Amino acid sequence: MDLFDILLSASFWAATIRIASPLIFATLGELICERAGVLNLGIEGIMVAGAFAGWVAVLNGLPLWGGVAVAMAVGMALGAVHSVLSVPFGLSQHVVGVGLTLLASALTFYTYRVMLPEVSSPPKIAAFQPYEVPLLSDLPFFGQALFSQTPLTYAAFVLAGLVALVLYRTPLGLAVRAAGESPAAVAAQGLSVTAIRMGAVIVGSGFMAVGGAFLTMSAFDSFFFEMVNGRGWICIALVVFGAWKPGKALLGALLFAAFDALQIRLQQTPMGALVPYQVFLMLPYALSILALVVMSRRAEVPAALMVPFNKGER
Amino acid sequence: MRLEPIANPGLARTTLPPALALLATFGVAAVLALVAGGNPALVFGEIVKGAVGSKFALLETLNRATPLIFTGLAVSVAFRAKLWNIGAEAQLYAGAVVTAVLGTGALPWAAPALLPVLALAAICAGALVLLVPALLKTRFGVDEVVTTLLFNFIFLLFVSYLLDGPLKDPMGMGWPKSARLVAEARLPRIVDGLRLHWGFALALICAAAVWVIDTRTTLGFEMRAVGQNAEAARFAGIPVTAVILKTALLSGGLAALAGYSEVAGLKGALTLDLSPGFGYTGIVVAMLAMLHPLGVIVAALFVAAIFVGADAMSRNIGVPTYIADIMLATALLLMVLAILLTRFRVRRD
Repeated sequence: MDLFDILLSASFWAATIRIASPLIFATLGELICERAGVLNLGIEGIMVAGAFAGWVAVLNGLPLWGGVAVAMAVGMALGAVHSVLSVPFGLSQHVVGVGLTLLASALTFYTYRVMLPEVSSPPKIAAFQPYEVPLLSDLPFFGQALFSQTPLTYAAFVLAGLVALVLYRTPLGLAVRAAGESPAAVAAQGLSVTAIRMGAVIVGSGFMAVGGAFLTMSAFDSFFFEMVNGRGWICIALVVFGAWKPGKALLGALLFAAFDALQIRLQQTPMGALVPYQVFLMLPYALSILALVVMSRRAEVPAALMVPFNKGER
Repeated sequence: MRLEPIANPGLARTTLPPALALLATFGVAAVLALVAGGNPALVFGEIVKGAVGSKFALLETLNRATPLIFTGLAVSVAFRAKLWNIGAEAQLYAGAVVTAVLGTGALPWAAPALLPVLALAAICAGALVLLVPALLKTRFGVDEVVTTLLFNFIFLLFVSYLLDGPLKDPMGMGWPKSARLVAEARLPRIVDGLRLHWGFALALICAAAVWVIDTRTTLGFEMRAVGQNAEAARFAGIPVTAVILKTALLSGGLAALAGYSEVAGLKGALTLDLSPGFGYTGIVVAMLAMLHPLGVIVAALFVAAIFVGADAMSRNIGVPTYIADIMLATALLLMVLAILLTRFRVRRD
């Protein structure tokens, strides 16, 4: 099987969309935070917590969508911690974010060990199953590639449209964008920059957690410690790659996922067997760095990103 | 709410918030211990006993503190210049790889010649690893937080490749582990019979050296100036880019010494689990030390004590060791808040 065969197989494109889904959720979450002016480095830990929370909720009898809601709530709670420290107190967003990632991961692993002491392999749940969209899934090629995904994947794409709609077509979206570009102007309108930014971080963190939950509830059916494995950091790169725009970020996630799906398949070719498998595993991270280098020069960074706002200070 | 600077903070203002932060950290840990079915007093008692309760425990704590002093210094040097080096983990492994490559017989020298050469080579490797993200920052404006984080994953995979192939120990029975270092490449023990190697002394010396650089040299002054306000520093004629790159070399080199000291001192070989996140914990150490090089020693000892103590406690009474990680992350977040509150007062609008 060579490169061409891979690119022409429906299973490759189906895998691309599946791999992209958690990245889309988390990238949109990070994008919302950053458009409001807050870099959220808690993303990695929030994804870990979300992956665990959704899974453990279902394990304890909740329906699948209930698990998604629990994951989202946990993400929002962690986002609230971040937002209190980073917005009204204006603490270093780097330090708060890294601290929150450490805290959320440690809390998750601790809870796991307390709830499931001495288990060698974690229990499985009945994860989301693919939903064949009527009619569309019967299309040749596209049906299998695009329209036989799990409901959570469809939700990711719907969310991307919703986020774009709210950001660009509603007063709320305007306020969020303005909070990240020119907070003084927002304050001059009588709006609270603090409230807008905190709200954005809390909602964005909720989406990150759903991205994590996708891993345990849709991509797999169980929770592992190394599950998130840097996906959060990759999403931060994807936000830059997408120039802080939801549509471009979605494309970035798909492109990235396509490379990931490709490297998994190339590993199994005779050529791929000659290359150490670690090289393939490095590709996603190397690609993210490359994307950052290429895009950083012309990206339109929100002007007030990482700048705390203190009312009355000029 | 808004923050109002305090002109002359009194003794209570400067000591109370950090003390409360530490107290709250232990409060959180107590609640978590209860959740896991442990008696908090017993849990804390076991942690203290496990960390400093015996000669063995104390030496274990000092050994664990050694790499943390190095990574803590690396982070504090970088953060002070607002170079957000979250990649100490990769730089640590860079130092470890070089030590393992050159220390397994490639250089047929006696220890007094070999050990310093290994250390220098490790420093160079770590410095180079951080130089790449630093150059991407100064040349292309790429945020170094993300690049240094991503490099951690890339470098760990590189180490995994090395231990699968070129550096694999033929006698290793399939474990991902390099051949053992030759005797000349091993850091000797400080006192015969006590399991504490010269890496610890080297860490203390480095802390003192960083303190001297910070307070007594132009570079130290320039690094602080760039960190406080890069624009103002540039206006004052400080070569900001050069200072950032020098900071990167220093920070990366310090982190690499952690890898050198673990391989040449403690383990005697390169392994894939050489560092249980020393690079990330270095951030906690540096922040708890308020980025002060001598404070790093104290903070590293404190952090190491909690880790070593929690390991022992977990073996004895079964509360998961992750309680240590939670305590440190909580301490980190509350401490940065507390430090802010020593200088600012919260006012209602």
